[in-house]
Amino acid sequence: MSEEIRRMLPNLRSLLNLRRFAAVVFLLSFAGAAQAGWDTLNMPVGVTEVSRIVYDLHMLIFWICVAIGIIVFGAMFYSILMHRKSRGVTASTFHESTTVEVIWTVIPFIILVAMAVPATATLIKMEDSGESEMTIKITGYQWLWRYDYLDHDFGFYSFLATSREAIRDQAEKDENYLLEVDRPLVIPTGTKIRMLVTANDVIHAWWLPDLALKRDAVPGFINELWTLVETPGIYRGQCAELCGRDHGFMPIEVHAVPPDAYRAWVEEQTASATE
Amino acid sequence: MSNPTLYYIPEPSHWPIIGSVGLCTALVGAALMMLGSAAGSWLLAAGVLIVVLMMFGWFGTVISESESETYNAQVDMSFRWGMFWFIFSEVMFFAAFFGALYYARQYSLPWLGGEGPGILTNTYLWDGYEALWPYTADGPGEIGGGFTHMAAWGLPAINTLVLLTSGGTVTWAHHALKAGHRGQLIAGLFLTVALGFLFIGLQAIEYVHAFTELNLTLGSGIYGSTFFMLTGFHGLHVTIGALILTVVLLRCISGHFTPNRHFAFEAAAWYWHFVDVVWLGLFVFVYWL
Amino acid sequence: MSEIAADAHDDHHDYHPSGLWRWVTTTNHKDIGTLYLWLAMIMFFIGGAMALVIRTELFSPGLQFVDPQFFNSMTTLHALVMIFGVVMPAFTGLANWQIPLMVGATDMALPRLNNWSFWILPFAFTMLLSTLFMDGGGPAGGWTLYPPLTLQTGDALPFVIFSIHFMGMSSIMGAINVIATIINMRAPGMHMMKMPLFVWTWLITAFLLIAVMPVLAGGVTMLLTDKFFGTSFFNAAGGGDPVMFQHIFWFFGHPEVYILILPSFGVVSSILPTFSRKPLFGYSSMVYATASIAFLSFVVWAHHMFTVGMPLAGELFFMFATMLIAVPTGVKVFNWVATMWRGSMTFETPMLFAIGFIIMFTIGGFSGLMLAIVPADFQYHDSYFVVAHFHYVLVPGSIFAIMAAVYYWLPKWTGNHYPERLGKWHFWLSTIFVNLTFFPMHFVGLAGMPRRIPDYALQFADYNMLASVGAFGFGFAQLLFLYIVLVTIRGGEKATDRVWEGAEGLEWTLPSPPPYHSFTTPPVIR
Ligand code: HEA
Ligand code: HEA
Ligand code: CUA
Ligand SMILES: [Cu+2]
Repeated sequence: MSEEIRRMLPNLRSLLNLRRFAAVVFLLSFAGAAQAGWDTLNMPVGVTEVSRIVYDLHMLIFWICVAIGIIVFGAMFYSILMHRKSRGVTASTFHESTTVEVIWTVIPFIILVAMAVPATATLIKMEDSGESEMTIKITGYQWLWRYDYLDHDFGFYSFLATSREAIRDQAEKDENYLLEVDRPLVIPTGTKIRMLVTANDVIHAWWLPDLALKRDAVPGFINELWTLVETPGIYRGQCAELCGRDHGFMPIEVHAVPPDAYRAWVEEQTASATE
Repeated sequence: MSNPTLYYIPEPSHWPIIGSVGLCTALVGAALMMLGSAAGSWLLAAGVLIVVLMMFGWFGTVISESESETYNAQVDMSFRWGMFWFIFSEVMFFAAFFGALYYARQYSLPWLGGEGPGILTNTYLWDGYEALWPYTADGPGEIGGGFTHMAAWGLPAINTLVLLTSGGTVTWAHHALKAGHRGQLIAGLFLTVALGFLFIGLQAIEYVHAFTELNLTLGSGIYGSTFFMLTGFHGLHVTIGALILTVVLLRCISGHFTPNRHFAFEAAAWYWHFVDVVWLGLFVFVYWL
Repeated sequence: MSEIAADAHDDHHDYHPSGLWRWVTTTNHKDIGTLYLWLAMIMFFIGGAMALVIRTELFSPGLQFVDPQFFNSMTTLHALVMIFGVVMPAFTGLANWQIPLMVGATDMALPRLNNWSFWILPFAFTMLLSTLFMDGGGPAGGWTLYPPLTLQTGDALPFVIFSIHFMGMSSIMGAINVIATIINMRAPGMHMMKMPLFVWTWLITAFLLIAVMPVLAGGVTMLLTDKFFGTSFFNAAGGGDPVMFQHIFWFFGHPEVYILILPSFGVVSSILPTFSRKPLFGYSSMVYATASIAFLSFVVWAHHMFTVGMPLAGELFFMFATMLIAVPTGVKVFNWVATMWRGSMTFETPMLFAIGFIIMFTIGGFSGLMLAIVPADFQYHDSYFVVAHFHYVLVPGSIFAIMAAVYYWLPKWTGNHYPERLGKWHFWLSTIFVNLTFFPMHFVGLAGMPRRIPDYALQFADYNMLASVGAFGFGFAQLLFLYIVLVTIRGGEKATDRVWEGAEGLEWTLPSPPPYHSFTTPPVIR
């Protein structure tokens, strides 16, 4: 017994050292996170029903993977620790078992089915764009967006507002560096909105993480999206399909405002359009 | 040298590197041509010349090895597997273009015309466009300025007969070879080659007809694109196949093959049948349906 | 590497040129394997240097070092070089060296073709890399080459496309050779179900290569005609669809990623039994699992395109099919763990890399599974989460497996042992830095950082800095690898024929280094 322990000791010690080292690296990598919070580590929960479901789905699958990982890596590390030649073990010779093969084919399959069920339900919900109350056409250009309010016959372009100086490190970068535009998309809260996404030159993709929306903008075709934002606020995203030189510089900024404020804003827009 | 248990390992060969240089020259030339540089066509020609030389040299070596029976049946088998998988890779190459045709007819055109999920695309971007294969298959932008599609039951049907017959004649020649009937072998193979070149000639006439009378070009939208891509690459393969068969014919005439040792003949025949089958696919999906 | 191997041969009186010309004209599987491996090594440093350009620009927010267009061509070329210039040639090199040794053959089945497969590649990569100096710069539309963006490439376009044709030809010819060798050159008694798994995985890989490389060739040919000959394959106005290219590309692209991993599975399945001193667990289920992965790989391609606006039924189909791949892959992972279980393990460098492979590949597999979940992929797609996923399966996956293989077989190839201590250092440095580089990318990706951008919002700064530090650390650790390989070729402790205590298989019955023509008389298989 004592013999046993003595043989294990060097291993344990090196393991401890390793753990200390890993802990330092780990802490280092989380130091930034601690400052900026959970947001910089994980998918945003978002502000729509769909975005919350997607977040839950994401976490569910994540934890399933973690659990499987713990079991598989646990077994492996146990084996690495216990079944090493330096502990004087002799190797077994078993090398086949149809029973275990069947078990570890069927169990993962069942887990997958368990994942597929909520995933399918969510997807079906996301694709249902019926009964929307208004329609906005979104067009990607190299390198800006255009928004057309189809129910009100007006539209505008939306450019990056960050200055070239800030990008070139010649001016201070503010909080919304690269995520700010000159004219944001304004939408009403509590309203089911249909969006028609297309592009004028190359493929772009309209991505707003807080709304769990991402759809490619394909020239010559229209893709459909819908959303229903619950909380007023300013939400930011970026073009998510490589579209050339300034792909990194065509952000999306959405202002979700209460319906009254939205109506007032629309009137202002149509008035200035007819002037 | 011929040792039934020893696999024949050829001596170091300079033909592959010559092939690489040739191909590289040809492709750089082709690229320069596309970019509008005058030197391009010369380079292309030079490259092709080098490749042709390489083929003469390389295949010449293999032929003399074969004739002197330097290698054994196992090597012959390696050649067969090589040819088989090469043809399979060619099948997959055509699959890409057939896939494009399928996608265009089944999805992109109908969507542009407003079918299924394409209703918004049609309403907001291509209002009024009606997708009718093949009549309006140059797309909603009317690229190329209007065209008439190629009818199936004229030249294409004749060409189908020509190719199918040539598939028969090459099989006839093969049987003759195995039975040792030299005269029939040469006659069958000659007919095959002749039919192959006839096919190419008819195809050329069809192309002239398309360009001059139908205004059907590569630029005629997706119809013209798939039509010329598929028939063009097929035509190229028929040309290659016919050239291979010509070489095999010449070898037959100089008495190269024996009833049980004629890999080159079979390889050429397989290739020819492959070209045949691709044509049937073309006839059905490009011309007819 | 086989300089020494070549010296060992004296029983043959064939024509043998010397110097460079020997390498250019060689028909020997070991020479050609060596050429492939060196090409991969060189390209690894070139592709890695490009990655370092990317990581340098991304070290902090703002544009400091390169123009965005150049950044995009770095991303594009980095990927093309790493995939076509490093992982694929390295595996082909391993195949050339090992398959004849493992099945008991003299050489590869088609030696001259073998030479050509290799000697196309230097031309292909010269052509590809030269585009950086052309009008309009190198290709900058991503390695996925999506139109219409890729059609905006300047003079480089036809050269890029032709270089891809070249690479395709090389891969197809190489694969034909592998298949012919495996089917036709096995020693008497070497039944299919007795072949080492490395041979099996390569057989299946070769099939994938022949099936999909021509499809890529067809796809890029259509790009070329769309640009220069007025066709409309990818143009809606002419009745085509830009998305059609994506279908063609990914029909190639997804099997391609298994081309990049299946031989790794074979390598790991060879190494684990040796250092566990215990036979591989579940041999036949490993073979079937590999075949199932290959089969499924043909019906999952559109999981790269969940956001293009596919009909619901399509999205569901591709989601389910993709998730299914976790089952055979899981079987492999479980079999590996079962192989180690109750073995008598030692942890030489190849074993360390193999274990590192299993753990980190599985992590990459898990993120792959997450990506397969369509609603969640709407959030992950084209973010750094994807970049994290595929680097986990590619770098500590494919690249680690290649390194494991080199450490494992280098003593056989050269007759010398590599310096074990340095090998272990190489492993630990690589493992630490590779995680430092790619783990934080999961975080920034989830938090909303798109991929393929030269500059980013401030909240992503910390993790990008970590990743950049990691990348430089990892990169410089690889110089150690280069050093170890060079040192081992030049000398070192002599290796026995068996090399490793627990090694089983035909290659260990030959001397180290093996004779120029491997098995001139077929070995007898028990
Ligand atoms: C070696 C290369 C390699 C490998 C092996 C894989 C393996 C997998 N990949 Fe990956 N992938 C890439 C390379 C690779 N991938 C690349 C390069 C891209 C990006 C291309 C680009 O856009 O540029 C990509 C992108 C990519 C996407 C698209 C993401 C996007 O753009 O939105 C998806 C989506 O489904 C995906 C899924 C998967 C899955 C499910 C696997 C599976 O094979 C993984 C299976 C393995 C496991 C699951 C782990 C082990 C299993 C167990 C322990 C069993 C038990 C487990 C469970 C039941 C969960 N991959
Ligand atoms: C097998 C494939 C493979 C491999 C091995 C790698 C290796 C690495 N990749 Fe790779 N990468 C891809 C495949 C691969 N990648 C693909 C497919 C993409 C997607 C491209 C696209 O979006 O189109 C991608 C994209 C990609 C990005 C995203 C770019 C973007 O979206 O804009 C990043 C960013 O960090 C990155 C980083 C790295 C790093 C740090 C390594 C490191 O592992 C590299 C290690 C570094 C070295 C080996 C350097 C050694 C050099 C020296 C020490 C200096 C000596 C120099 C000279 C002698 C000249 N890669
Ligand atoms: Cu627009 Cu990227
Ligand atoms: Cu994939």
